[in-house]
Amino acid sequence: MENLSDRGGPAQPLLIAKDLRKHFKVKGGAPGATVRAVDGVSFTIHKGETLGIVGESGCGKSTLARLLLHLIEPDSGELVFDGDPVGEMRGISVNALRRQVQMVFQDSASSLNPRMPVRDSIAFGPHVHGKTKAESSRIARDVLVKVGLKPDLFGPRYPHELSGGQKQRVNIARALAIEPRMVILDEAVSALDKSVEAQVLNLLRALKENFNLTYLFISHDLSVVRYISDRVLVMYLGAVVELGPVNEIFSRPKHPYTVALLASRPSMDPANRIEEPPLTGDPPSPIDPPSGCRFRTRCQFAETVCAEVQPVLGQWNDRDSHIAACHMRDPASGHSRATEVN
Amino acid sequence: MINLFLRRLMYAVPIAFGVSVVCFSLVYLAPGDPLQTILPSDASADTIAMVKAAYGFDKPLPIQFLKWLGRVMVGDFGQSIATRRPVVLEVTGALYNTSVLALFAVPIAFSTGFSMGAIAGCFPGKWIDRVLTGSAVLGVSLPNYWFGIVLVIFFAVEAMVLPATGMGANGSDQFNFLRWSDARYLVLPVITLSMVPIGIIARTTRAAVAEVMNQDFVITLRAKGLSETAVIRHVLKNALPQVLAVMGLQFGYLMGGSILVETVFTWPGSGFLLSKAIINRDVPVLQGTILMLALIFVATNLLVDLMQSWIDPRIRRT
Amino acid sequence: MSNAMTLPQHPAKEQAAPKQRGYWGSVLYRLRYDPVTVFFGCVVLAIILAAIFAPVLAPFDPYKESIIGRLKPMGWKGHLLGTDELGRDLLSRLLYGGQVSLLMGVVPVAIATVIGGTLGVIGGFGGRRVNTAIMRTMDVFYAFPSVLLAVAISGAMGGGAANGMIALSMVFTPAMCRVAETATAQVKNLDFVEAARATGAGTLTILRYHILGNVLGPVFIYASSLVSVGILLASGLSFLGLGVKPPTADWGLMLSTLRQSIYINPAICALPGVAILIASVSFNLLSDGIRSAMDVRL
Repeated sequence: MENLSDRGGPAQPLLIAKDLRKHFKVKGGAPGATVRAVDGVSFTIHKGETLGIVGESGCGKSTLARLLLHLIEPDSGELVFDGDPVGEMRGISVNALRRQVQMVFQDSASSLNPRMPVRDSIAFGPHVHGKTKAESSRIARDVLVKVGLKPDLFGPRYPHELSGGQKQRVNIARALAIEPRMVILDEAVSALDKSVEAQVLNLLRALKENFNLTYLFISHDLSVVRYISDRVLVMYLGAVVELGPVNEIFSRPKHPYTVALLASRPSMDPANRIEEPPLTGDPPSPIDPPSGCRFRTRCQFAETVCAEVQPVLGQWNDRDSHIAACHMRDPASGHSRATEVN
Repeated sequence: MINLFLRRLMYAVPIAFGVSVVCFSLVYLAPGDPLQTILPSDASADTIAMVKAAYGFDKPLPIQFLKWLGRVMVGDFGQSIATRRPVVLEVTGALYNTSVLALFAVPIAFSTGFSMGAIAGCFPGKWIDRVLTGSAVLGVSLPNYWFGIVLVIFFAVEAMVLPATGMGANGSDQFNFLRWSDARYLVLPVITLSMVPIGIIARTTRAAVAEVMNQDFVITLRAKGLSETAVIRHVLKNALPQVLAVMGLQFGYLMGGSILVETVFTWPGSGFLLSKAIINRDVPVLQGTILMLALIFVATNLLVDLMQSWIDPRIRRT
Repeated sequence: MSNAMTLPQHPAKEQAAPKQRGYWGSVLYRLRYDPVTVFFGCVVLAIILAAIFAPVLAPFDPYKESIIGRLKPMGWKGHLLGTDELGRDLLSRLLYGGQVSLLMGVVPVAIATVIGGTLGVIGGFGGRRVNTAIMRTMDVFYAFPSVLLAVAISGAMGGGAANGMIALSMVFTPAMCRVAETATAQVKNLDFVEAARATGAGTLTILRYHILGNVLGPVFIYASSLVSVGILLASGLSFLGLGVKPPTADWGLMLSTLRQSIYINPAICALPGVAILIASVSFNLLSDGIRSAMDVRL
């Protein structure tokens, strides 16, 4: 698949998402009520990097992943893959995009067809993309080896005959079988035991090195994201609140939500236990999110300006910038702490 | 609750409309001239004229349908070709007799079936479960028209303790609750009619109870130290909505599906009326009976739906 | 992807491979260890074979009447099960009758499975509008009690075996459609279908490779449970005179005509019903067995 190689050159971001939006109608709710699952999300993924996306459950991470592959049609927004706008006349088709971007789902069990031996599940992708049956099953054997499963032993098995970790390896193999350039991992290791999780994470790292992959790694587990990501994007209620290089985010978080998230990790030191949870209550309903800053209802620094003006993220397409959508980071916002925190 | 009722009603109305379309089109199912289908081959000119006038066969189909629907809405189903009486009278009289059977068959079938299923479900795999489940299969598979004949052979032909057919001593066609001697005529039809619903309800209850028994909350209840009877009460309550749905269906079958049993016992109910109408090619009666029975069925389902959501809060929400 | 790579071998993989049976293989394997199902499966097989080979097995001509030999008891002059009201050999007629009765019960189920199953898969996989159109239409037919609808349709069409089968197909199709629709809608929302879409597969490909295999099971289970109902209803139609015409042998029709003679020879008159009962019970228990063998959660 040589024609799929690097087109835009190394400086061109692999994927640009601009102002993606998806609102779901609420069944049986008030007319016009929508769940703002993804509400104006923009970011870039650069070639060869791993972008981690973190956030509480229900913040729109998974919807975002599905929007990127057009598994759900976005209401508005733009996707540019390696310089080509997706789904437009001059750009590349959704199908062509799906050939270059693959996805691994959280639920390793339901993401494999229970009535198919796993080798057939893996061979399905190449077959769809025009390979013959024989070629496809050869590819299936190859990728099984690459994810560390013996093809003769595991290929003929059905999903229910595999452990969770093995199933997730098969899912990874299925994604890799059509030689994508980018893989979206949607909570791909979240359901696994810690020891198995570590094995799969190491496998993912090795695969990335070997095949020049780019990852979008979605997880609610901060330590996993820290381990695997180059840059991190923090989501809250369908919007991006902070974006930056992984070490920056973890050592000098800028958004109070990120600060709270980091503080909520249990400490390894028994003398230093968390006495009080830094975040209390549930996030507000995405059907009718708070005005202005979405986080203000749970933020200890909230002021009038936070309720009135929605903070903006800033230079999201700059690779190295560390930015947060918070009035305290904007000297011109009028927030009383705007200057002192910087 | 009123909101829910309205929403279910909104759903039932188009169904009822569709049902009337189907009933109307029954006349046109057979190939060829509908007049020939409707009329017996030896129909008099008089009858032909009457049917022509009643149906307006010269008009386009949708017009015919709307006219028919308009008349049906005010209770005018036309005249029976066989008896020349208004169809409404024929059908309501027959429905009355059918509901007499249902009145006795429903409590018998529901209580027996539910108890059988509940007991079997509480002891899955035990011998009592096997016996009850086996009998339930027999009930479900029973050709009830045959079973009726067998009962007649045993109790009317051999033992001569119960009447074989009819509903009263002098061939009456309106059941009289006040005449005690008429009760003997009820016994065999009611038993025959109850067998299949008993089997179906027992099977459904058994499945529902066994399924609920496997849920985690039952372990919680036992862990809390609840007595086994209290646990079973909880289980039955949770199994009830599923059973109720099937019971509603069975009620509808008992009202309308008794055609075979009524034929065996020449019980002058709606089913018997229907089979007479088919033999006599009496299409107005055929249409009227089927429409009424189907509408009763739709109404029953609506009622069951509402009862279910009343019992089960999860359904109420959606 | 030409560059070879080596990874540390996965630790938990030195176990022996389990014997590969595939899904249907494992169903058969489980069925073999269920004596009740095996027994009734054999009964069903015997009934079917008896009907097919009726011309070979029947001791007498099923249409040969005899004025002196009417309603004779079992064993009379070599008539193992006696004779009917026209002096015809009952055993021969029961064997021949099985042909019509089974056919009238099974063919509508097959037709309904194909039509209803297809509509259900389309309804379950298609958009909301397609789904509404199909399922609401089915709901209308579902609003009739099944016996009533079968009688009404075949009665309006003038009776006869073919019309009876059409009527029964129309009774079973909506139910079949519901089962297929539910199964399809459930499978459709599983991640592996989304994964297949993410691979870039088209709708038809996904249907063929991922949906059908998972829908066929529930559809087949339901169809097998309908066969017993089909036999009961078909015989019921014949009993009402809406099936085959005399003198053709058919269990329901035989029961109906013999019914007039219960005062003369009751045991003989009940026999056709016994045949219906045995067939219906056997198909039912076979279907139950298949269901529990197939219903193992994976």
